Amino acid sequence: MAKHDIVIIGGGPAGLAAAVAARKAGIQDILILERDGCLGGILNQCIHNGFGLHTFKEELTGPEYAARYIEMVEAEKIPYKLNTMVIDINKEKEVTVINKEDGLTTIQAKAIILAMGCRERPRGALNIPGYRPAGIYSAGTAQRLMNIEGFSVGKEVVILGSGDIGLIMARRMTLEGAKVKVVAELMPYSGGLKRNIVQCLDDYGIPLKLSHTVVGIEGKERVTGITIAQVGPDRKPIPGTEEHYSCDTLLLSVGLIPENELSRSIGIDMSRITSGPEVNDQLETSAEGVFACGNVLHVHDLVDYVSEEATLAGTNAAEYVRSGEEKSNCHVVELKAENGVRYTVPQTLDVNHMQDQVTVRFRVADVYKDRYISVYYDGVQISKRKKKVLAPGEMEQVVLKKESFGDYPDLKNIVICTEVE
Amino acid sequence: MKEWNFDAVIIGGGVTGCAIARELSRYQLHTAVVEREEDVCSGTSKANSAIVHAGHDATPGSEKARFNVEGNRLMGQLSEDLDFEFERNGSLILCFAEEDRPALQELYDKGVKNGVPDLKIITGDEARAMEPNVSDAVVAALYAPTGGIVCPFGLTIALAENACDNGVEFIFNQEVKKVNKTEKGYDLETVDGVIHASYVINAAGVYADEIHNMVSGRKLHITPRKGDYCLLDKEAGNHVKHTIFQLPGKLGKGILVTPTIHGNLLTGPTAKNIEDKEATATTAEELAEIMEKGSVSVKNVPFRQVITSFSGLRAHEDGDDFIVGEAEDAPGFFDAAGIESPGLTSAPAIGVYVAEKVAEKAGAAKKAEWKGTRKGFVRPEKLSLEERAALIKERPEYGTIICRCEGVSEGEIVDAINRTLGAVSLDGIKRRVRQGMGRCQAGFCTPRTMEILARERGMKMEDICKNAPGSNMLTGQK
Amino acid sequence: MEVRELICIGCPLGCPLTVRIEGENMEVKGNTCKRGDDYARKEVLSPTRIVTSSVHVNGGELEMVSVKTKQDIPKGKIFEIMEEIRKTAVDAPVAIGDIVIENCAGTGVPIIATKNVARV
Repeated sequence: MAKHDIVIIGGGPAGLAAAVAARKAGIQDILILERDGCLGGILNQCIHNGFGLHTFKEELTGPEYAARYIEMVEAEKIPYKLNTMVIDINKEKEVTVINKEDGLTTIQAKAIILAMGCRERPRGALNIPGYRPAGIYSAGTAQRLMNIEGFSVGKEVVILGSGDIGLIMARRMTLEGAKVKVVAELMPYSGGLKRNIVQCLDDYGIPLKLSHTVVGIEGKERVTGITIAQVGPDRKPIPGTEEHYSCDTLLLSVGLIPENELSRSIGIDMSRITSGPEVNDQLETSAEGVFACGNVLHVHDLVDYVSEEATLAGTNAAEYVRSGEEKSNCHVVELKAENGVRYTVPQTLDVNHMQDQVTVRFRVADVYKDRYISVYYDGVQISKRKKKVLAPGEMEQVVLKKESFGDYPDLKNIVICTEVE
Repeated sequence: MKEWNFDAVIIGGGVTGCAIARELSRYQLHTAVVEREEDVCSGTSKANSAIVHAGHDATPGSEKARFNVEGNRLMGQLSEDLDFEFERNGSLILCFAEEDRPALQELYDKGVKNGVPDLKIITGDEARAMEPNVSDAVVAALYAPTGGIVCPFGLTIALAENACDNGVEFIFNQEVKKVNKTEKGYDLETVDGVIHASYVINAAGVYADEIHNMVSGRKLHITPRKGDYCLLDKEAGNHVKHTIFQLPGKLGKGILVTPTIHGNLLTGPTAKNIEDKEATATTAEELAEIMEKGSVSVKNVPFRQVITSFSGLRAHEDGDDFIVGEAEDAPGFFDAAGIESPGLTSAPAIGVYVAEKVAEKAGAAKKAEWKGTRKGFVRPEKLSLEERAALIKERPEYGTIICRCEGVSEGEIVDAINRTLGAVSLDGIKRRVRQGMGRCQAGFCTPRTMEILARERGMKMEDICKNAPGSNMLTGQK
Repeated sequence: MEVRELICIGCPLGCPLTVRIEGENMEVKGNTCKRGDDYARKEVLSPTRIVTSSVHVNGGELEMVSVKTKQDIPKGKIFEIMEEIRKTAVDAPVAIGDIVIENCAGTGVPIIATKNVARV
């Protein structure tokens, strides 16, 4: 059986950054396993700009951002296997993979980094009624067919969901000569970044209909029309508000789901909110020596934060491999998300072994104006920061410093919440 | 204009038509199946409960009762001969109130009369012991151990392939517009030409009444009875192990909850009589009804894990029974009409019966050589790790996973395209090897599957269709 | 005096900006960095955008190479630029930064590759 110190599952932005960090932390024996034919993951099809302002202090397109990390991986001579699918991992950290060249093999890893990314929610998950013709695409599938394969997927388009991929595709299809008739969003707010509403919809006069959803799909062979309707506060369609659009394409941008089939197969504790593994401040899952980062952990808004998180996972996995022993004298504190904060990553923190500071990332449950983000240690408010606007589409963060725990030797829990006053 | 000549022509490549074709391929007859879609299994056969019914529902003495019980009996051996997936998981018919016990008893009695083996009425507690998620309200249940689940695509395609291997021709994309009586038999006018046939078998599903009425004065009338379904993720597949029915009502067998042969959970169908024979659109009301009624039988059905919903049309004939056999006033014209539930179960038995009748009429002898077995798809998932490694060594394309949710490799997709009656559309591939059937519903694998189909068939990407001509995936080059 | 409300597209923060315009003078509020101030002034006087797309590659390991305008271009020129991009194909190999079209649609701005595509 082949043996490697660190096996990284996924060669997208998370996997690449984790690999580079692990190498910089001194681990020689690393292997990246990528199921696609090239490194870079979904960034390869995200040909728009807007990536890298935090990481590289300049605005890059997706392929350029990916190329920066691919260059680092190549420069560090970190081995990777393409067109290679991991079909199983187990608690003993045996990774079963298949590809054309090696067939079916098993690799023994000392540490595993999960970096499988996420997938798009399909139509079925929304139970949209109607026919099932050709011309219904999740936005990312259409994006790949257009940007990587060079095909036109539709001429007249309705988009359901105002997540960033939907917004980006509205502009992209418009630029390629299609008519995007409307973007319908179930929620009373957009799930995408504000800048994308401006430069993808407003620039091209594409209407965004908030609190609307698709209630009918017509067409037997190819889509011929879509009916949308307004929804009430219960998110159910309001009869009499139906509007019909003739079109040949329906794009869906209705949410992303972390791809955790492998994580579940080894019985890792999962968060019901993020659909990703629960992790400690080392980004280690409940399976010892198995780390997670990027969209497989929780869906991010910016790739820059994926790289940052993955760097941490790579560094910690390297530390785990090097020290090789279980930590003693742990003081594990639970992080609780309350009052408008939906979840936190990490979910726990070991006060005694944490780095000097830990960045806690989270999302809020609704659009809030003029609220505070507050941190409590065992009921005592430690910090509060005022935010003009909080929106579920954007990831928020607070930084917890190790020194702040000095006064709380018996700390049980940390609460992160929003507050009106 | 095209012209074809056959001894026997079967109209319709659904499960019934394909079962008849397979049985008819035993005889020395030049036989064809004419299908209006691009592939077999494109109508009701692709959108149903995928259940092999035990046979207690049908009225004793009816055609439904007879073919159901016989079809159920044949299914086990057939699944071995033709290598498709079938399992006798047993079914439970739930009774929710003391006052309904007589109805349950009646069902038991009907089953016994129909010849269903091993039926047993059990208590609510026994039912819950067998199926912990069955509703607390259940007071009794009818247990039918011979009930089963089958892959309806697998069954239909296996029958079609075996028929084809034994010489039956398949003509696709040819809708039969008109049937005319001729001196020799019948002329079928299709969209592109005419098929001359001595014998015609009408297995046209919801259109079987229209076809029948073209040659017979004894009119049939079929009402499409639409049924919506919700299919749940494989994670929910273990929620129940048996097929869970509710005591039947006027419009059908209620909402069932069942595992599928591939490990998903399926709930449905609704029952709505409609006019339009093409109206396979799901509706919000019916999808809501499935969730509401499905939850009556089974606790905590995880409807959050629905991955797709779909709708199928049962061909309900006014006489409420199958119409199987030669039409009285149209010699040489055989019906397999009104084949609604339990049609999938009955198909093998209907196939045997109709083929015998046609052969008898034609005076056709059996072929000296006929191969009754067919090799199914290699499913790497089902192999041991060693076997799988050996397979990839020999056929490297089995080492490239295309559909990650269902673990379908390039090798399986290539096989689906290149074997007998191979797939010509994305849905054809999906129904053969499950590419795109999983939780992402073909989000990731669509582009790559299209490339493979284009490569293997020498097609342009722009010409690739989801199913029938006109269902093009792309609208051109950029 | 004219007041315009804008959302900054300079970075993903999307700061809400208020621009007060009085003749030649402009006052920008709501920005959290210099980028926001620059954006607001430009957006009021002559809005510009970066355009990204992809073009066909001949003889490459991939069908398409992604491209972008090297600098931002006048907003009104977007569709003219797309017209030119659509007519363009390049020969492999292509490297990030390679000029695909010089002076696209008379803007003086080149279209450059944003992906490496090796020759096969």
